[in-house]
Amino acid sequence: MKPDDILRVAEREAEKQRAYKSRINVCCSSGCLPFGALQVLKAFESAIKEYGLEGECKVSRTGCIGTCSVGPVALIEPGGFLYQNITPENAKEIVKRHIISGEPVKELLYANEAFFKKQYRLVLRNAGRIDPLRIEEYIMVGGYSALIKCLTKMTPKEVIDEVIASGLRGRGGAGFPTGQKWNFVAREKATPKYVIANLDEGDPGVFANRTLAEADPHAIIEGMTIAAYAVGAEKGYIYVRAEYPLAVQTLREALKQAKSMNLVGENILETQFNFDIELRMGAGAFVAGEETGILASIEGRRATPRPRPPYPATSGLWGKPTLIQNVETLANVPLIILNGGNWFAKIGTPKCTGTKCFSLTGKVNNPGLIEVPMGITLREIVFEIGGGVPAGRKFKAVLVGGPSGGCLPESALDLPIDYESLTKAGAIMGSGGIVVIDDESCMVDTAWFFTDFCVDESCGKCVPCRVGLLKMRNILERIMRGEGRLEDLDLLQELGEYVRDVSLCGLGQTAPNPILTTLRYFRDEYIAHIVDKKCPAGKCFRLEAEI
Amino acid sequence: MREHGYDKSALLEILHMAHELYGYFDKNLLNYISSRLNLPPSHVYGVASFYNLFKFRRPGEHVISACMGTACYVKGVEEIVSAIEREFNIKRGGSSPDGRISLFITRCIGACAMAPNITIDGEVIGRATKEAVLERIRKVLGGGVVEAR
Repeated sequence: MKPDDILRVAEREAEKQRAYKSRINVCCSSGCLPFGALQVLKAFESAIKEYGLEGECKVSRTGCIGTCSVGPVALIEPGGFLYQNITPENAKEIVKRHIISGEPVKELLYANEAFFKKQYRLVLRNAGRIDPLRIEEYIMVGGYSALIKCLTKMTPKEVIDEVIASGLRGRGGAGFPTGQKWNFVAREKATPKYVIANLDEGDPGVFANRTLAEADPHAIIEGMTIAAYAVGAEKGYIYVRAEYPLAVQTLREALKQAKSMNLVGENILETQFNFDIELRMGAGAFVAGEETGILASIEGRRATPRPRPPYPATSGLWGKPTLIQNVETLANVPLIILNGGNWFAKIGTPKCTGTKCFSLTGKVNNPGLIEVPMGITLREIVFEIGGGVPAGRKFKAVLVGGPSGGCLPESALDLPIDYESLTKAGAIMGSGGIVVIDDESCMVDTAWFFTDFCVDESCGKCVPCRVGLLKMRNILERIMRGEGRLEDLDLLQELGEYVRDVSLCGLGQTAPNPILTTLRYFRDEYIAHIVDKKCPAGKCFRLEAEI
Repeated sequence: MREHGYDKSALLEILHMAHELYGYFDKNLLNYISSRLNLPPSHVYGVASFYNLFKFRRPGEHVISACMGTACYVKGVEEIVSAIEREFNIKRGGSSPDGRISLFITRCIGACAMAPNITIDGEVIGRATKEAVLERIRKVLGGGVVEAR
C-alpha cells in the first residue's frame, strides 16, 4: 500500500461511520470483562437488531473508558453519554429510551463529572472511542498519518530533533529524555539494531500500560515504527506480560492487521524502510521489566539484570544496539510528529512535558484509569478526580510508583507530579500506580507487604538486594510481632540506604523506598509498635492478641 | 519447537506453549525440552523456575486464585485468603488433601478498581467478601465433604 491508499482507507471508513446516527461503545477491557461486559455487548447488539436499527446505530467493542469501578460501562455518541453498571436487562432499556426515544436514561448515567474534569487525554485519546481490533478506525481518526509524514517528508534526524524539542521523557519510571536515547542508538554503527516496547507492567496495582494496549494497540505499533525509522532499526519486539491475555490477543491481532496493510514489515508503504515486529511474552517476573532484565528474557534466559555500562543503546539484544521504551512513551510519539515538538512541550511543566497515565486505586471513591498533565498535584488527583476516601474513613497516605514507590503523607499532597519532586519526596514515578491508603491500614504492615513482594521478586544476583531486603523484612516482622527495639529503626534506615545505593538494578535501588518513606513520614507508628506494643490500625493482630 | 526452528532463544516461548498444553511442568517434560533444544537440563529448569507463572505441581480439580496486588491487599484480601485456608484445610500455593481444590496467590490481575478480587475456576468475584467467597467455593464443590481440620 502507498500513503495515498491509507488516506483512502480513512475516507472510506469515515463515510461508513457517517451513515450511523449514533454509536454505542461498550468497554470490553480487562476491568469490565470479568463483570459481564461481553454479555452487555451482546444484549446491546440483539436489542438493536430487535428494533431493526442496524443501519442507524452501531454497537462497537472498545477499550477502557476509565471509570473501572462502575463497570460494565458504555459510551453513547453523539453527546458522550456514559452509562454505568449496565446489565443485559437495562441495556435493552437504554436502547429503547435513549436510542429510539432520544431521552437519556438519567438514573443509569455516570454523574461524576469531576472524574474527567482535570484529566487531559493524550495517550488515551482513542481509548473507549474506537474499536481496537479494527485498524480502519484507528486510521480514520488520523492514525498512521504520523508514520506517513516521517517516511515521506522527514529524515531520521528531523524525527529525532522533533522528539528532543518535545521534551518527552521515558514513561517507564526513570524519566530519561527520549530524544537523547534515540540519538545514542542512531549514532551506533553496528547492525542490526533493535527496538523493544516494554509492556512488562509487573507492579501490582498498576494497569495503565495494559489498558493502553487493550484500547489502542496501533498507537504503540505506530510509535514503535517511527522510533525504528529514527534510529535505523529493522526488528522490534513487544515484550508483554503473559498475565495480560487480552492485551496479548489485541496486540497480536493489531500486528496482523498492520502487516496486511504494509505498515509493518518489508518496504513499508513502498519505501526502502523495513521493520518487523514480534510479540514476546513474559512469564511473571517483576525484574524482567528492568532494561537489562528484559534483554535476557527476550534472549530466552533468566531475567537477571547485568551491570551498566555498556548501556543497551550500544550493546543490547545479542550485543547489538537496542532502543528500549515503555509503551506509553511510544504512544506519545505519533502526536509529537503530527503536532510538533513545541506543541507538546507546552503541556505539563517546562522540565516535565506532556501527560502521564495513572491507575488510581485503593481507598478512594472513584478508582480507575486517569491521564493527567504533568505538574498536577497529588491532592487534585486523590480528592478531585478520585473524589477522596470513602465516607467515615480518614486519608492516611498515598503510595506512588508501585511496590518500590514511596508512601507519602497528607503534607506531601501539594507536590506537583513530576519526576524530580517525586524522587525528592522519596517516591518514584514508576509505571504510574497511585494507591490511596486510609486509617484502616497499618503503615508497618504496608511496608512489610511491599518488601515481601520485592524479596520474592529479587533475582538473587547481587548481594545487597538479595540479603539486605530479606534482613529488612525480618526486622519488620519482629516489630510486627511486638519484639522490636528502638535501635531497629536506625538499623532499617542504614540497611535501606545501603541497599538503595549499591544494588545493581532499578529493583534493588528502589525496593527500600516503602520502608524509608514510612520511616520518614510515619515514624510514630513504628514507635507505637515498639514502645507501646500497639498497632494503631489494629492490623498486626498477633501483637494485639498479646496485650 | 519445530515452529521456532529449535531456536535456543525461543526457550521461553516454548515453555509457554508446553505449560499451556500440560498445565504444569514435570521432570520428563523439562528433560524432553532440554534434549530437543540441546540445552543443559539445569538451564531449562533454571529458566522455568525463575518465572512465577509456571507451576510444577498438578493443580487441583478446582482452582481458586486470590489476587495479592497492592489494591487488593489494601482492601483486605489477606483476611479472605486466611478464611479459605482455615475452612478448606489448604495452604496458599497448595491443594487440599483430597486434591479437589487448589489455592494460588497471583500477582495483580489488573481489576484493581474492583478490589479485592478472587478468581474461582476462571470466574472473577469482584469486591469480594469473605462470606461470598466461602459460599461460592462450597457451591463449586457441590456440597461434597471436604476434610475438616
